[in-house]
Amino acid sequence: MNIDASELSEIEKDALAEISNIGVSRAAASLRQMVGEQVLLSVPAVNVVTRQTASRLVERGQTKLVAVQQSFEGPFSGRALLIFPAAQSLELVRSIVGEGYALEDVIDLEQEALAETGNIILNACLATIVNILHRPMQMSLPSIIRGDGETLFDVRSVSSNGNLVLFLYIDFTIKNRDIRGFIALLMDLPSITSLKRVVHDFIDGVERQPASNVGRRV
Amino acid sequence: MHLRVLVVDDSKLARMVMASAFRRIRPDWELVEATNADDALRTIQGGSVDIALVDFNMPGTDGLELLARIRKGHPKMPIALVSANLQNEILARTRELNAAFVPKPLTDEAIEAFLSGATLRLQRTVQ
Repeated sequence: MNIDASELSEIEKDALAEISNIGVSRAAASLRQMVGEQVLLSVPAVNVVTRQTASRLVERGQTKLVAVQQSFEGPFSGRALLIFPAAQSLELVRSIVGEGYALEDVIDLEQEALAETGNIILNACLATIVNILHRPMQMSLPSIIRGDGETLFDVRSVSSNGNLVLFLYIDFTIKNRDIRGFIALLMDLPSITSLKRVVHDFIDGVERQPASNVGRRV
Repeated sequence: MHLRVLVVDDSKLARMVMASAFRRIRPDWELVEATNADDALRTIQGGSVDIALVDFNMPGTDGLELLARIRKGHPKMPIALVSANLQNEILARTRELNAAFVPKPLTDEAIEAFLSGATLRLQRTVQ
């Protein structure tokens, strides 16, 4: 791919960060409902990086990770992931189902609870973004991946040419619980070109008022 | 009533969206922008800010902390937190500060509701 998409302009980066921040903030509110504790969020980061770099950013010394991922397709496509250290997966499930369950019950529930949690959180995030940009997207069912950052981001199976991605992430911490993780969006370069178009349409819409009510939810 | 509104958001896009809404619903009001808490406090110290709309998730001082500082010096100023983060703790803290909550994505209706209430409060203060 010879697309010079790595050159995102400042306003494009700003728009992506702001739109994803709105999406992730909505997602955090859903997570808060599920775990009953406040969810603290970082300021979003938007970068065009290699998949290797993206994988290192989410590892932070922890190579055993769990992720719930959903792919999305539309005017742009990619994957949304909820990522946290594998060691905290049971703690997350326990905080969702409540304390009244035995460890073996929680282990039985783990897959299903993770998929459901991921589905709610990632949907809240993506649906908000879709509504802001007014572009419908198809979302896959959630699936669970376990492994290091490179496994999560398919580093090994991607041909060397196409491994630059648009990587947006926010880290979250659940207050009073030992749980922290990331909500991340990963988009391939061909997607970035159409994403830039969509973002420009959106910015134009903001500047070209008063005809439309920009940013409005549908 | 011609009022001066301070909009605080680190995102340029978010400030553009806000400005766009003001052009539709309060075209004759004056908008001043700040990109962070220090900027915002300096602008307010300079005087003549009537209303403040503050983003929550900003680098450095977050929107709630900023609102708390504004509230200290301006117990009657109409202020609002602007965020998509609808968590109970954030809504509760916003109420404690006697501030409004305007959800993102922004709608004209939500800003209109806040501004109408703010105008009434300011008129009562003047009388």
